[in-house]
Amino acid sequence: MTSKDNRRLDLILAAGLIALVALPWYRFNGGFFGLEWLGELYSAAKVRPGAVQALTGRWQLWPVIALIAVAAGLRFMRPAGPPRGKALAWVGAIGIAWMLAEGLSVGLRGWNWGLLEATFGDVAGQPAFGAGAVIVGVVFALLIAFGAAERGALKGDAFVLASITLLVLLVAVFVFYPLVSMFTGAFQNFDGSFTSEGVRNNIVDPKIWSLACLAGGNCGIAWRTFFLAICTATGTTLLGLVFALVATRTGFRFKKSLRLLTVLPIITPPFVVGLALTMLLGRSGSLTQVIESATGWELGRWLYGLTGIWIAQMLSFTPISFLVLIGVVEGISPSMEEASQTLRSDRWRTFRKVSLPLMAPGLANAFLIGFIESMADFGNPLVLGGSGGVLSTEIFFAVVGAQNDPARAAVLASVLLVFTLSAFLAQRLWLAGKNYSTVTGKGDGGRHIALPRRVAWPVISVAVAWAAFTITVYGMIVFGGFVKVWGLDHSLTFDHYIRAFGVAWDGGIRWTGVAWDSFWTTMEIALIAAPLTAAVGLLTAWLIVRQRFPGRSVFEFALMMSFAIPGTVIGISYIMAFNLPPLQMTGTAVILIACFVFRNMPVGVRGGVAAMAQLDGSLDEASLTLGAGSARTMRKVILPLMRPAILAALVYSFVRAITSISAVIFLVSAKYNMATAYIVGLVENGEYGIAIAYSSVLILVMITVIGGFQLLVGERRLRRPGDTSAAPPLAKDAAT
Amino acid sequence: MTQKRGAVEFRAVRKNFGAFTAIPDLSLAIEPGELVTLLGPSGCGKTTTLRMLAGLESPSDGQILIGGQDVTRLPADRRDVSMVFQSYALFPHMTVGQNVAYGLESGGMKPGPARERATETLDLVGLAGLEKRLPAELSGGQQQRVAVARALVLEPQVLLLDEPLSNLDARLRRRVRTEIRELQQRLGFTAVYVTHDQEEALAVSDRIVVMKEGRVAQMGSPRELYESPASEFIADFIGEANVVDGQVVSVEGDVAQVELGGATVALPARGLQPGPARVSFRANAVRVTTGGQGIAGTIATSAYLGDHVEYEIDGPLGRIFVVDDESETPLRPGSAVVLELRPRGLALIPEGT
Repeated sequence: MTSKDNRRLDLILAAGLIALVALPWYRFNGGFFGLEWLGELYSAAKVRPGAVQALTGRWQLWPVIALIAVAAGLRFMRPAGPPRGKALAWVGAIGIAWMLAEGLSVGLRGWNWGLLEATFGDVAGQPAFGAGAVIVGVVFALLIAFGAAERGALKGDAFVLASITLLVLLVAVFVFYPLVSMFTGAFQNFDGSFTSEGVRNNIVDPKIWSLACLAGGNCGIAWRTFFLAICTATGTTLLGLVFALVATRTGFRFKKSLRLLTVLPIITPPFVVGLALTMLLGRSGSLTQVIESATGWELGRWLYGLTGIWIAQMLSFTPISFLVLIGVVEGISPSMEEASQTLRSDRWRTFRKVSLPLMAPGLANAFLIGFIESMADFGNPLVLGGSGGVLSTEIFFAVVGAQNDPARAAVLASVLLVFTLSAFLAQRLWLAGKNYSTVTGKGDGGRHIALPRRVAWPVISVAVAWAAFTITVYGMIVFGGFVKVWGLDHSLTFDHYIRAFGVAWDGGIRWTGVAWDSFWTTMEIALIAAPLTAAVGLLTAWLIVRQRFPGRSVFEFALMMSFAIPGTVIGISYIMAFNLPPLQMTGTAVILIACFVFRNMPVGVRGGVAAMAQLDGSLDEASLTLGAGSARTMRKVILPLMRPAILAALVYSFVRAITSISAVIFLVSAKYNMATAYIVGLVENGEYGIAIAYSSVLILVMITVIGGFQLLVGERRLRRPGDTSAAPPLAKDAAT
Repeated sequence: MTQKRGAVEFRAVRKNFGAFTAIPDLSLAIEPGELVTLLGPSGCGKTTTLRMLAGLESPSDGQILIGGQDVTRLPADRRDVSMVFQSYALFPHMTVGQNVAYGLESGGMKPGPARERATETLDLVGLAGLEKRLPAELSGGQQQRVAVARALVLEPQVLLLDEPLSNLDARLRRRVRTEIRELQQRLGFTAVYVTHDQEEALAVSDRIVVMKEGRVAQMGSPRELYESPASEFIADFIGEANVVDGQVVSVEGDVAQVELGGATVALPARGLQPGPARVSFRANAVRVTTGGQGIAGTIATSAYLGDHVEYEIDGPLGRIFVVDDESETPLRPGSAVVLELRPRGLALIPEGT
């Protein structure tokens, strides 16, 4: 026991030492991974390691060095045991606290706050944390974990404690710190001093809160967004229910293929539906032209505004609602309905009095999901919003372009956050425990009764009509890429594809197409983010399901809540948090990867929790009693058994990274431009052809990836034939 | 294969789950080489006790010693015990051989020697030649033996068995429990065995610890528990005894004369003084006759079960449950009978007097 305790301490102390004397403490231009700093490590001031920085006048680093020294002293002078563990944990905690304090207080040009300057006098400014500082921070975090392990916390399991500590640190840095920065940013002037002027001006702004539309005028943006979200949620819930009923309770012949609809929202970049709608119903849309030439009416720009956004959102989110409600409709025990029928109720009465009330909580859930999705949607309003946007686009325009008013963006983001978080809380707290779905292990004989005839026909008609509309819209996407100039010259051409994805050959391949640059960046970043997302998500799932630690439920709740934060809010908060020291990473690939990892992690967590719940807990315990530590148990037992869940998490986070736009559009830079952001740029310039062509290629890539994944999972068998495999269909993950 | 034998000791162990106290204060000593059963109804804390011994739960207070060493704060993977799980917990993605070798490799043994040891141990439990199979390809009884082999191969100081037979059918259960007992006697390891089945406990144990609400209700050899129950709970739980009211008439040395429903019988006094007493009254403690000396009664219900007949009989002791394995033809309800006492199934209960 003692030797193990000491060995891992030796490792992190060595890491801390190297970070202090041999790695650049601060971030510098040129980049750590360029490795050019190696030659001038001790000569050039900007790349000096922490110890040298301290010697050359940065007194704020002395406590860091002292704390590492204290930890080393404890390691060699004191025997392993609870007292030493407690001391080590304290050293780690003080270290983190100090780095936090000095990092936030001393900025690029000295003190960040006037009060400190007045108290302590001048101080030299410092750049953002670099490799050395980050590693020392991690070492401090691990000291807390290992110290706690020596005290015997969580049965002395260092691996579990280290995982928890690092996860908490990461979530704090990449989820909560940005949000806090955003709020404080709203209260700061350009020079960093406190002011509430911006907030005061914006929070009462009639452009946000006006209710004038009740009297015939224009309402504020908050109310418009809220109204739109209510409409979208209502519409998608109803349509989703229609589809779910058709798929499960009718003899409709093509009901199997209806389920294919549920894949659409996963593979469609969010603005593509809006784009296709403009091509169909916009000013020079094909349907518009047909109607205009047939009737002579001037249809104009009716599509741009809330109506258009609403149609686009209905198309985008109905499949999600469908997916949620299939589970609800199927989850109702058939014996309830059979009981009702034996109690002298016909099918119509049974449907009205038994089936529908049992579905009510599920419907409410689908409504709230639709509400959150609509609120968070950025792509469709951006394309279709015209002059009247919604909160998410307004946030965007508050920071880019002429306005540049961070206080306004922060206020708008807070309003949006309050809306979505309220819906999320309602979903978690109010609906929890109101679920009538009967998913017991027992077989519940009996079959769902068919819909009564008077419901079945209208329901099928609506479903078919909407499915036809959806197919038309998606058909537009395919077709649009091959048309010369939409609305004017409908001759077919490959021009857009060639311009986007042209390849030339002169001695070697030259990627001449305009899309290649962002395409490869997207692939690269998505490929890096996917395994990280899966790893972090599944590790978290394992901790939540299999480990009991204080604060576990709070931890889980906070993680799931981060899923309800709209992408736009994440984007703006990342900019505000990571643009200046102590953590500076705007304009790099790191910020994009971090954004994807922490935005998509809750999906990995949820998938992992579901998969893990199917694994008998005594498997872990058996491994432990057979002398394997937590890390070995994870590697040898849990991971092999979770392969389907891991693959699903990988594919899903990969696909989400490709289709995401709302947060990404704030974070892309000239060097790291992502496909979606690039396409939105094309749309803004009116280059619809290339935009559509590029989107179709993206959709094709994702279909390939998902199809390949389904083949891979479909073929593997873990258990004997007869046992159904635990592989969850990928589409389930999107149902949030 | 030689097994180490470790003693086990619980010293004033307490275990809380949140506000609920599962085990208020448990002290227990298990000798090396002994097979001790933790027996009790569900929720009595027996599994919690076993899991604390394995290191899967940590006690809220108190000490646990294995082989004289304090292991209270030692995590499961560093304790010299191994466990057979109720569900077996065989790793479904590993072959039988890999499952058995897993623990050896966790301990740093090279794969080659680990394979060999696994094969030897599988021979020992009668599964030679099945190394390459997956657990799902074995029958329930075979899976159970793999689980035992996987635990035994580590030669732990103590082997823990958590209701190892509960997933087997009744016939197989009898055979496997004999095998486990035989293996334990042959190799001589210390074993702690959790079950809620009193018959199983009587059959395999050197000593039985009966637990109730997190406390030890009685500890002793199977015979002691059966013949001298310390409480009504034990009398009822081990062998489903009737507990009836009697009267100690006189005590001479260790022998008490006890009056039961009009009849008198001599029983070990167990420290009781003359006066009313509670008596454990086994179902086979009487002969059911239609004439002669004894307790008068009327048959209330009767059930014919082939080799014996079960009666419920109303009489001065209230309604009691009686087994008759002598007569060929069952008596009808309503028949008047006389119950002739046999001292072997009777015991005074010391508690409550």
